[in-house]
Amino acid sequence: MTCLPGQTEKKLGLVIDLDTCVGCHACVTACKGWNDQGYGAPLSDQEAHGADPSGTFLNRVHSYQVSPPEAVPFTVHFPRSCLHCDDAPCVTVCPTGASYKRIEDGIVLVNEDACIGCGLCAWACPYGAREMDKAAGVMKKCTLCVDRIYNETLPEVDREPACVRTCPTGARHFGDLSDPDSAVSRLVADRGGVALMPEMGTKPVNRYLPPRAKDRGAQVSPLAPLLDVQATGFAGWLDRVLGKI
Amino acid sequence: MHPAPSIILFTVLSGLGFGLLACLALGLPGLSGWMAFFGWGIGYVLATGGLAASAFHLGNPQRALLAFTQWRSSWLSREAWASVLALLVMAPCALADWLGFDWPVALRLLAAVLALLTVLATSMIYASIRAVPRWNHWTTPALFLGFALAGGALLGLQGGLAAVLLLGLGAVQIAAFGLGDRQFAARGASMESATGLTGRGAVSVFEQPHTGGNYLTREMIHVVGRRHAQKLRVIAVVCASLLPAGLVLTGGGAGLVLAIPLHMTGALAARWLFFAEAEHVVGLYYGRRG
Repeated sequence: MTCLPGQTEKKLGLVIDLDTCVGCHACVTACKGWNDQGYGAPLSDQEAHGADPSGTFLNRVHSYQVSPPEAVPFTVHFPRSCLHCDDAPCVTVCPTGASYKRIEDGIVLVNEDACIGCGLCAWACPYGAREMDKAAGVMKKCTLCVDRIYNETLPEVDREPACVRTCPTGARHFGDLSDPDSAVSRLVADRGGVALMPEMGTKPVNRYLPPRAKDRGAQVSPLAPLLDVQATGFAGWLDRVLGKI
Repeated sequence: MHPAPSIILFTVLSGLGFGLLACLALGLPGLSGWMAFFGWGIGYVLATGGLAASAFHLGNPQRALLAFTQWRSSWLSREAWASVLALLVMAPCALADWLGFDWPVALRLLAAVLALLTVLATSMIYASIRAVPRWNHWTTPALFLGFALAGGALLGLQGGLAAVLLLGLGAVQIAAFGLGDRQFAARGASMESATGLTGRGAVSVFEQPHTGGNYLTREMIHVVGRRHAQKLRVIAVVCASLLPAGLVLTGGGAGLVLAIPLHMTGALAARWLFFAEAEHVVGLYYGRRG
């Protein structure tokens, strides 16, 4: 049923720290690895070792340069995946009922047995969270590792999305964003977490924590002081003499 | 957006077909005997051929029947219902013309309304997508209905009516080009809002997330051929609207017949632009609008 539930019991989602992310793409690899086995059609690659390799991924890490008006530019690494929106346009456009949002935890999923591969849901998503698998002809998207988080055959420490479990810098957090006391909700409150493209009216669940203010003043380069060394002693005398010749 | 040939063909042909079927249902022109058989046949072939063409872009067409289930929320599902209902209600109208029996005007009217509802549903598939600001506008249904009505009247050889509708279509197309150019900026999405970095400085791409293409870049970040957009816009308006209208008004029977291929050429150019010029906000993540 592609009508959205009025309210979900939980809002499971990710909180991604843009201050901590170093752009290592480990989450991309872990996601691809986990979703190559188990839930639904495996994420396929086309010409993986050929001239024009391409493949299906549920998570992509972009790197941006941010140029503040009067300060030194800095880089921000930006993992992009499904935001499990409250008002998910990808769900309502689906003609077959394959796309749905779960009432119990708010996860947006695709029932691949009902997906005709029309691609309309990918068009409807502003965030590019959905990719059609070329081999299976069905739409793939982040499942929030629904086959891990409730999986009692896994050790408890592993019952979180593969991207979160693998992140070496702890930039990815998983939890219930409908509970104001959850660790992720507190993190969002403390760090001023934001939703992406609020103007699209999708009400995303996932939040991004913006880069922290630099604790040292803006400096063109840490090497800048070395450009203006005042020589003393013999070197200073030599400097003065040579300057006069 | 990627201008997939199957979707361009599907929307142009089925729009024309349903427009012609609506005209025939209303008795414009009132055909009988074998003329009716061929007239209605053309309408059915265009409409159903277009629907079949749409199946080419499905990943799993064998499950297409499931597309009838979600009419409560999905315009694509509503289009499926409207098209089947229209073709079913049309059938006795067609048989009545061919075999020469009476059929109630109310049912003919219903058939015409269903045909136009099908076109409306097709247009709403695009118009309902907020992530493509150019489409997310009243001009989208106006354009699709305009092409169906004008094309239908032209195929139905309704000289005066076709000319008026063709000129109206031209006006809507020009308005759609002009208004559409402002839609993306008006929606307010930017690289800053897309990344949640608003107020922290200008955001530009430092490194792309992947070196090859992917589904998103192929399907939604189409940039090829936009440099000819202005010429194609002129071709679209002149061929789809102005020239056929002129031919219909001045060229008599031969003009009417000549106007049809011209109009279809213009319609294909316009529909190509409808996709190629539509920019999806996901392009912002890749540092380009598109």
